[in-house]
Amino acid sequence: MEGRKGVISLAVFILAAAGFPWILTNEYYISILILSGITAIGVVGLNLLLGFAGQISLGHAAFFGISAYTSAILTTNYGFPVLAGVIIGIILSALVAFLIGIPALKLKALSLAMATLGFGLIVYIFLNETITLTGGPSGFVGIPRFNVLGYEFYSDLAYYYLVAGALTLVIIISLNLINSRTGRALKAIHSSENAARVMGINVFRFKLFVFVLSAVFAAMAGGLYAHYLSFVAPSSFGFHASLQLIVMAILGGMSSVWGGVIGALFLTSMPEFLRMYEELETILYGLILILCMMFMPQGLVGGLSRLSGYIADKLFKRRLK
Amino acid sequence: MDLGSALQYLISGLTVGSTYGLTALGFTIIFNATRVINFAQGEFVMLGGMLAVFFAGFFNFGLFPAIVLAVACTTLVGVCMERVAIRPVQGANVINIIIITIGVSIFIRGVVMIFLGKDTFALPPFFGTEALYFLGATIIPQSIWILLITMLVLLGLRTFFNNTIFGKAMLACSFEQKAAHLVGISVDRMVMLSFAISAMVGSIGGVILAPVTLTSYDVGIMLGLKGFASCILGGLGNPFGAAAGGLIIGVLESFGAGYVSSAFKDAFAFIILLVILFFKPSGIFGRADIERV
Amino acid sequence: MSKNTALLKCSDIYVRFGGVMALSGVTFFAEKGAITALIGPNGAGKTTLLNVITGMIPQSEGSIEFKSRDLSNVAAHIRSQEGMVRTFQNLEVFSHMSVLENVMTGAHNRYNYSVLDSIFKTPRYFARETECRDAALEKLNFVGLEKEWSLPALDLPYGKQRLLELARSICGEPELILLDEPAAGLNSRETKNLGEVISAIRQDLGITVVLVEHDMELVMSISDEITVLNFGQVIAKGTPRDIQNNQEVVEAYLGSED
Ligand SMILES: Nc1ncnc2c1ncn2[C@@H]1O[C@H](COP(=O)(O)OP(=O)(O)O)[C@@H](O)[C@H]1O
Ligand SMILES: [Mg+2]
Repeated sequence: MEGRKGVISLAVFILAAAGFPWILTNEYYISILILSGITAIGVVGLNLLLGFAGQISLGHAAFFGISAYTSAILTTNYGFPVLAGVIIGIILSALVAFLIGIPALKLKALSLAMATLGFGLIVYIFLNETITLTGGPSGFVGIPRFNVLGYEFYSDLAYYYLVAGALTLVIIISLNLINSRTGRALKAIHSSENAARVMGINVFRFKLFVFVLSAVFAAMAGGLYAHYLSFVAPSSFGFHASLQLIVMAILGGMSSVWGGVIGALFLTSMPEFLRMYEELETILYGLILILCMMFMPQGLVGGLSRLSGYIADKLFKRRLK
Repeated sequence: MDLGSALQYLISGLTVGSTYGLTALGFTIIFNATRVINFAQGEFVMLGGMLAVFFAGFFNFGLFPAIVLAVACTTLVGVCMERVAIRPVQGANVINIIIITIGVSIFIRGVVMIFLGKDTFALPPFFGTEALYFLGATIIPQSIWILLITMLVLLGLRTFFNNTIFGKAMLACSFEQKAAHLVGISVDRMVMLSFAISAMVGSIGGVILAPVTLTSYDVGIMLGLKGFASCILGGLGNPFGAAAGGLIIGVLESFGAGYVSSAFKDAFAFIILLVILFFKPSGIFGRADIERV
Repeated sequence: MSKNTALLKCSDIYVRFGGVMALSGVTFFAEKGAITALIGPNGAGKTTLLNVITGMIPQSEGSIEFKSRDLSNVAAHIRSQEGMVRTFQNLEVFSHMSVLENVMTGAHNRYNYSVLDSIFKTPRYFARETECRDAALEKLNFVGLEKEWSLPALDLPYGKQRLLELARSICGEPELILLDEPAAGLNSRETKNLGEVISAIRQDLGITVVLVEHDMELVMSISDEITVLNFGQVIAKGTPRDIQNNQEVVEAYLGSED
């Protein structure tokens, strides 16, 4: 039952992702889609942690940053192949997540929020202050485009398909995990750690697993980000960025893998459209956030499915008459 | 390490720490009433400083009327926030309400940016500019004002919580909302009051610090984070632990900047915070409560 | 009864909460294949004893032996993997799952496969999931919830959530289950049905039961052995008939006259 719905959603997503460039032929839209897709990879991962396992991380952008900078430095300064740089970046992020997760995941709720927030800020300050390595606040430039085996994803269209492919992979992995004993263990931990323990679930190990996995997804996104823009700056990986990721997960809808995708798409593209209101942009952004949460507590996915249910209802009733 | 510079770091740490402490106090008061971490708390602090600058500069009021007006306006903002954005979603998921507070903070920052601009402002010191010299340390008078006013606010709140019906009711409300309801305390009123007091205390923290560190539309972010860190460090839920946590973070940061590196001063405070949290998850002054099964 | 056949042995357990002595020197045995009831007034320490047995909280002193193995300092999930499972006085149904998923979670370790199996949907994944699902449906059938399998767990009425917890706790085929006031909040018809289910768990599935319960009719009708706690101490042990005639127990419940 769940399986079939999942397959249909996935098929719709793949078709839409493949078709977008034909509808939105404008370069500018493609670049927004690329950035949305990259962000979505991270948000889907964060949603596994937040929405499914119920564990918060207010420092998730740090994993983007660690991997983005690692890969940037290795490829630009030391001539590593891009793929190697990205993979090392991901491994390093995973390692850091593992080491920070061991003490942090023993904490509950707001203490965990504080610990991850502190961790994120420490990484941010480190990126800002180790100027000889990272270029400091003004950023790191000249990062090569993503390329594999001699093929360079030079055009935005090629890069778009690269990102769409990576996102699809991340979604499939997440959906498969959710529909398995691992997914049930995570959801069990979310509702009641004690009851989960009683079912023989090693609560700490699963928390650590999903924390590291979400860091790996974030790190993937970080690598794709650095080798797309060819430029990274610490401000993309600070507290604000972490908060954005959380907001995207919640606004999209925490109880579904798709929530992360929709949240990322919505909140990455919205500021671009709000830009025409210039000064008012920040205010409108805040307002939209408030109103969405007030009137769509289940997030956009919940809101959309309610809306489609409502429309179907109306149509159905009208036909009966 | 000579005494003079150590004393200097201590005093500047306490000066900044006072504002962290007042911010943390605001977090705690709202948390106790609602279980929500109010991410707009830092904006209250920012509003205190920025509005004081605005009223003092643009209207040519004296400094003191401007400060009083700034605190009053921020308090009003706190009340409005509760009425408009928090009360309508009463009973919603805590995490949703937290997102709403994030939205409010972005909104407030946006409004201030539009009306007051992106510049950095300074508020004149309250009284006196002549520095004092004491055991090799230089003390600016504003530091003394900051410490004095912080003490007064703490004393005032203590009296309020211990000796007035409203204050006692707020404690009751934080301990057990249902029980508070049963004995006829209006939870709505208490929550609104908690926002009012938090906004007021936060804005006082912003006003007193503005002459020392300058202020701009975006200072609320970092101050809010430090305030949150302070209340976790002190033990979430304990108002005076939170205030103490603020002072501790201020002092740690100041010594870190002095003896380690000023570039890493923020990192230094957070590293110590993490270490403390990992060894004592309930904070320095928090009691480890055993979860009931 | 010989103490050597006991499946579970708690010896001389002490638990302190700050100044409160929740358990002082409790020794408690559960014979293999029996229904052992644990009764006592509110605050006597029954839930605390269950918490210590299942590893939710550490004991201040004392030891716990299960299947002749010392589990005194072993983590809760390992105790569960060894074959002891419990239910909770305040329902702890997994709220983000369907009824079926709740029960499948109960067999978390019985139908085991790796994370990679689930990511790549290997044949092993499908085989184990099918087995797990069938086992869960069978357990739902056993407690009489087969019609509700697809509902979100929280949509079940209270009484059925209690049955759901029961189904969940037997799905891993444990050797011992500890039930913390399973009849609390049930009406008399539901309680009677519950009694039948508990008897069947022991009879048909051969699972040893420890039953914490206030409903004396239920306790007296299905238990083999009763232990009475009061103020953290064992004040009586015996068959239902012994306990019914025990003056100290009656006083503990009614308050002594003097
Ligand atoms: N986490 C805890 N912290 C402090 N005291 C507790 C805790 N859990 C139980 N107690 C105390 O231990 C005693 C026994 O409680 P409990 O085991 O729940 O009793 P019962 O289940 O028999 O009603 C009570 O006095 C209770 O207040
Ligand atoms: Mg009990």
